[in-house]
Amino acid sequence: MNAFFALVQREVRLATRVGGGGGMAVFFFLIVLSIVPFGIGPDLNLLTRIAPGMLWVALLLSALLTLDRLFQADQEDGTLDLLVLAPQPLELTVLAKAVSHWLTTGLPLVIAAPILGLMLNLPLDGMLPLMGAMLIGSPALSLLGAVGAALSVGVRRGGLLISLLVLPFYVPVLIFGVSASRAALVAVPGDLGGQSLALLGAVSLASLVVGPVGGAAALRVAVK
Amino acid sequence: MAWSIHTYANPTRFMNFSAIVLPYVWALAGAGIGIGLYLSFFVAPPDYQQGDSVRIMFVHVPSAWLSQFGYGIMVVSSIVALIFRHPLADVAAKSAAPIGAVFTFLALVAGGLWGKPMWGTYWVWDARTTSTLVLLFIYLGYMALWAMIEDPNRAARVAAVLAIVGAVNLPIIRFSVDWWNTLHQPASVFRLDGPTIHSSLLWPLFVVALGFTFFFIGVLMVRMRAEILRRKVRTLQMQQAAA
Repeated sequence: MNAFFALVQREVRLATRVGGGGGMAVFFFLIVLSIVPFGIGPDLNLLTRIAPGMLWVALLLSALLTLDRLFQADQEDGTLDLLVLAPQPLELTVLAKAVSHWLTTGLPLVIAAPILGLMLNLPLDGMLPLMGAMLIGSPALSLLGAVGAALSVGVRRGGLLISLLVLPFYVPVLIFGVSASRAALVAVPGDLGGQSLALLGAVSLASLVVGPVGGAAALRVAVK
Repeated sequence: MAWSIHTYANPTRFMNFSAIVLPYVWALAGAGIGIGLYLSFFVAPPDYQQGDSVRIMFVHVPSAWLSQFGYGIMVVSSIVALIFRHPLADVAAKSAAPIGAVFTFLALVAGGLWGKPMWGTYWVWDARTTSTLVLLFIYLGYMALWAMIEDPNRAARVAAVLAIVGAVNLPIIRFSVDWWNTLHQPASVFRLDGPTIHSSLLWPLFVVALGFTFFFIGVLMVRMRAEILRRKVRTLQMQQAAA
């Protein structure tokens, strides 16, 4: 477990110091969402309606942006070989990588989301459900993304490949996430908000299994 | 020698076996598709509500079945490839992917052409359409992975992991899309004309589906043979380069 925390600490430190590019994802998130009103016009009512969906789509894209360096940088300088040879299970290593990806990408984006929500005219009572749903759903993005990153280690132009591999798997997160965020805005019959939040949690928990196991299997192939 | 899964997992034996079997597979495919299409175009009655456009079903439904059949083959071969390291299993998985992708595409196109007269639009974000589209994307991602890794042995194992992860996720995606669709639009709008299909339409459908399946198997064998030969050429070239 010590190795796990040491690895998380190392990743977070690398991301936040010079050259780590830790703030890139948040900046990208901001830019993408600022582009939206230019594309569809500044109609505030329309923006309110599409705000939860746009925020979620931008969240997926921003999470993808930093995934290609997850294992690639370690592979280039040889750290990955050491991590694979290390005594702790490789699944735990992948989990540590996913956790640190979430800490440096998912969490800042969730914190930034309400501010961007304001720009898209998202009503104030919609903020908390949105943040809650993003908090529950975004770990799934990092965990599933880790599988994609592990699959494309050592591939030239791996970043492009990751988006092809991972985006289809993000569909459930997007569906349940948007539905949970929207429930507070639109009156829907029944308790759909709670239901979709529970399903979103289920997807995150399933990714907690699929991510480390699948990622470790892919890494073992890549390093051999 | 006792017969086991290993008997045909030997590439040389597979080459001999497939050379003998292929003509029969083609004959069955030709007969199935020929007779099936004749039945579906000339014998099957037009639907009482949909008229002649119901005949698109005879291409659409078998393609949709085979799109999932193809993924099934990929997953089973990938599991065998990862666990037993059979040289043929990853050849089978790699060869099945483009065929499955083409049938998925065909199912979507035929569905679109059927949708235009029936629903009034080529594309609907209906649960089944959407999950078939996601399946197509997963096929394409799988093929892209194969195309981007040079060493076939490494590509085989990485792609196998992707196929299996995909198999775990497909039911989740399928469920989420179903849930999403029923949330937004009642199924009654996009329901086909009746829950049951009359047997006069069902029989031609099965014959076409059988023909399509044999066609799938035939193309799969040809692609596997080509892949085995390609790897032989690669090995020879590498030996030559090393000498």
